Amino acid sequence: MRDVAVVSFAQSVAAEEPERNEVEILMPVVEEARAKSGIPKDDIGFTCSGSADFLAGQPFAFVNGLEAIGAWPPIRESHVEADGAWALYEAWVRLQHGDIDSALVYGFGKSSMGSLRDVLCVQLDPYYLAPLWPDAFSLAALQARAMLDSGAHTEREMAEVAARNDGADVDELLARPFVVSPLREHDCAPVSDGAAAVVLAAADLAREVSERPAWIRGIDHRIEPHSLGARDLTRSESTRVAGEKAGVGGDVDVAELQAPFTHQELILRDALGLNGGTRINPSGGVLGGHPMMAAGLIRIGEAALRITNGEANRALAHATSGPCLQQNLVCVLEGD
Amino acid sequence: MANRCAVIGIGQTKHDDKRQDVSMAGLVREAAQRALDDAGLGWRDFDALVIGKAPDMFEGVMMPELYLADALGAAGKPMIRVHTAGSVGGSTAIVAASLVQAGIHERVLTVAFEKQSESNTMWALAPNIPFQQKLVAGAGGYFAPTIREYMRRTSAPDHIGIKVAVKDRLNALKNPYSHLHLPGIDEEQVRDSMMLWDPIRFLESCPASDGACAMVLSSENAVSGSTPPAWVLGTAVRSEPLGMAGRDEVDPRAGRMCAKDVYGQAGITDPFTEIDVAEMYVPFSWYEPMWLENLGFAAEGEGWKLVDNDVTTLEGDMPVDCSGGVLSSNPIGASGMLRFAEAAMQVRGQAGEHQVDGARIGLGHAYGGGSQFFAMWVVGSEKP
Repeated sequence: MRDVAVVSFAQSVAAEEPERNEVEILMPVVEEARAKSGIPKDDIGFTCSGSADFLAGQPFAFVNGLEAIGAWPPIRESHVEADGAWALYEAWVRLQHGDIDSALVYGFGKSSMGSLRDVLCVQLDPYYLAPLWPDAFSLAALQARAMLDSGAHTEREMAEVAARNDGADVDELLARPFVVSPLREHDCAPVSDGAAAVVLAAADLAREVSERPAWIRGIDHRIEPHSLGARDLTRSESTRVAGEKAGVGGDVDVAELQAPFTHQELILRDALGLNGGTRINPSGGVLGGHPMMAAGLIRIGEAALRITNGEANRALAHATSGPCLQQNLVCVLEGD
Repeated sequence: MANRCAVIGIGQTKHDDKRQDVSMAGLVREAAQRALDDAGLGWRDFDALVIGKAPDMFEGVMMPELYLADALGAAGKPMIRVHTAGSVGGSTAIVAASLVQAGIHERVLTVAFEKQSESNTMWALAPNIPFQQKLVAGAGGYFAPTIREYMRRTSAPDHIGIKVAVKDRLNALKNPYSHLHLPGIDEEQVRDSMMLWDPIRFLESCPASDGACAMVLSSENAVSGSTPPAWVLGTAVRSEPLGMAGRDEVDPRAGRMCAKDVYGQAGITDPFTEIDVAEMYVPFSWYEPMWLENLGFAAEGEGWKLVDNDVTTLEGDMPVDCSGGVLSSNPIGASGMLRFAEAAMQVRGQAGEHQVDGARIGLGHAYGGGSQFFAMWVVGSEKP
């Protein structure tokens, strides 16, 4: 595989943004990532983005992104209806061809436009599942209950995941009421709007523009059956396989996991074989802010940052999509 | 440099206004099964799945690929969902080809679909967004002024759009998968059909269809099946912004750049003489002469003369949309892939009654948004 690295990363502050539309959130982020990369706008070889129409509540929502990035003269460009992490994967594949050396990747979404936990119901099997309107919290709660019942982990461990971010007292967290049993408020990621952008560069160009590029040593993604009854919700087989294909084995200094619910972090850690030697989500993870369609790309950007600033030499980033961790992407990054 | 990529399996559904006999999963599986059969492969024999469709509101299911993973045998594999507006069927095939060309996978199944009858396309295209102008005209209302501008610039006579409409529907009669089969269609019927968005008449417009298309793409070492493959000689995409003042929607710069790129990869210097058959994305009849110019088959202002002189008929020197084109079947998300697939069918000699004799080089073309997204590939019968 050709050496490709993350050479710059920018993100908006994850928050509900009633005052700005998707383009207004996206534009400064893209500008910042491009400026940090040092690669002139017109030299970027490929552009790929991730977003979802149902968040904005409008068809072709991504088309407006082109206005934000100033696609003139016309550019090589593509779009995935998914988190920007999958756009990064597509761009990484494209850079393997060898004829272009850089790519701009961005992801953006406004989850606050509707009731996210209900909007996500229309992501479910439209004939057998969606008509029951099981909201996203309830499905995650089913998964958490299955995990607890399996004996693999406890509610205390879930609370410890939440407490890691803000130093809250675990016993106090466990005394709080359920949102949907066994999930409490601290177990669930907030609703956030936001955008993120990454610039990728290949081999020589990456060394030229970055003092310490974050090299993508492996990247892979896998999907599982959609039907919740057709998979073991207490494990994440797709994460395990993607991690294996991406070459996770060995020491990992830092892992950024997209776990919108605390129990999902526990499941992901098991699937990836992460132990006490790995710092998990030093950024705070998505429990601190979860802009859908950007959050996975942000994990890659945050992991890359730890390499670039010398805190880590080997980092792992993970992104997820679909109900109860249906689809997962794992990316392994290393410094020189 | 990139590895070779071959088209070894092609399948499509019968396209229709309402495929009430199948669910969305049934629809995509029908096309995918045919593509796998064509390649002599089973459901376990591909490494990854790339799926595309136009806006999710056309069916009312958010990211439906998550639910379709089960029916398409994607469990345990990588699956990517592409969405680039109307060009998506083409872009999807290009992402799939890219995986093979990059050496990531040996065989990739790619599928594109739309089941327009699940929702209402006009509704989905007319969202009410705060503080934004509401577009309630649908695609026809959007493109009519562009067609009017083409007619003004070129002084093309009114019957050109009518001729294209008749030609494509006569071709569709030779394509068993086509949505529209209009026996006895003639210029008088088209001229007398209702004017919808002046100058676009009802019969100069594409239908709304349910349908899917699928292909199996492979590396050189993984070629299978009894029909010789089509070889991918070049792929290209280009996009430009919708709202930029000064862009030319009659002759978009992105389209010209995309064509130049893909011809360069395929070693084509004169598309008119070197390309044997073209499948262009023509949702309204006047887009054929416009794209003939944008794609370099005719000089600026001359595209309509090729139509007038019957050059683009099945028997003409530059056959265009022998399948019946988008004017005869328009499952939007799949329409681009159908263009790519039909071009490949032609160079594989698989096009049946609408086969162009001896076709060796074919162009597949798709566009989307406000004439701003372009995807193209050139395929050939000879290994590059």
